Amino acid sequence: MYNLDAAFSALADPTRRAILARLAKGEATVNELAEPFEMTQPAISQHLKVLEDAGLIVRRVDGTKRPRRLVKAGIEAMDQWLAMLRKALENNYDRLDQVLATMEQHKMGKHKKGETR
Amino acid sequence: MSNLTMNKLTLKTEGDTHIVVTRHFAASPEAVYRAHTDPKLIQQWLLGPEGWTMPVCINEAKPGGKFRYEWVNGKGSKFHITGEFLELEPHRRIVHVERMHLPDPTPDNHVETRFHADGTGTLMTMRMTLPDAKTRATMLSTGMERGMEASYVRLEGML
Repeated sequence: MYNLDAAFSALADPTRRAILARLAKGEATVNELAEPFEMTQPAISQHLKVLEDAGLIVRRVDGTKRPRRLVKAGIEAMDQWLAMLRKALENNYDRLDQVLATMEQHKMGKHKKGETR
Repeated sequence: MSNLTMNKLTLKTEGDTHIVVTRHFAASPEAVYRAHTDPKLIQQWLLGPEGWTMPVCINEAKPGGKFRYEWVNGKGSKFHITGEFLELEPHRRIVHVERMHLPDPTPDNHVETRFHADGTGTLMTMRMTLPDAKTRATMLSTGMERGMEASYVRLEGML
C-alpha cells in the first residue's frame, strides 16, 4: 500500500511536479533533470529523495549514473484514489440534480394552483 | 453538447493552494443557490459515498452565520464540519470558511461558490483555498478519506 499522504505532499511542490512531468516522458539522469531549473544539483537531489521516499520514482544503477524513472504503480495508486474522491463528489451532485428536479416539480405544482413564488 | 457532457464535473488543482470544481445544473441559479443554503435540501444531497447520511444540518445562511454538518455511515463512523459564512449574495455567490473535525480540526478551507446563469441552467464554480500546499496535499490524501467535501485534482496534466 502506498503512502498517499507522502505522495500528495511530494506533489505539492512545483519543482517536483515538473520533475515528474519530465520523467513521464522517460528515464532521466540527475543532470538532465537539473538542467531546466536554476537549482544546484544537491537541491534537485533533495527533491528526488522526497519523490523516491513517496514511492513515485526509483533509481537504477548504470555505471556511475543513477537514472530515475517513474513508478507506474505509485502514480496509478494516486490516480485511483483521486477517481474515488471524484466519484464521491459526483454522487453528491447527481443527488443534487434529483433535488433540483423535485424542486422544479413542486414549483410547477404550485403555479397550477394559482400560487406565486 | 449532450446533457451528459454539460453536467460533467471538472475538478483541478490551481497554483499550490487551490482546488477548483465546476458543474452544470439544469436549474436556475436561484434553485441551485437555495439547494446550497436550505438545510432541508442540503441534507438530501451533500452526503458523499454510498451509505452516509447527515442527521444534523445546522445552517445560518447570513453573513457571520455559522453552520455545522454531521455525517454518520450507520456502521459507527461519523465526523462533522463546522464553518462560518463570510459573504452571501443571494443566487450568485457564497463565501465561507470550513474545517473538518476528525476529530481534531483541520486547517481552515476558504471556499467561494459562484452560480452563473448558463443557458437555461446554472454553472457552479467552487474555488477552495487552503492555507498552504502541504495542507492541500493532506486534504487530498487523508481529509477526504472521510468521504465528503470536495476533492480533487487532475494533477496539472500529470496524472
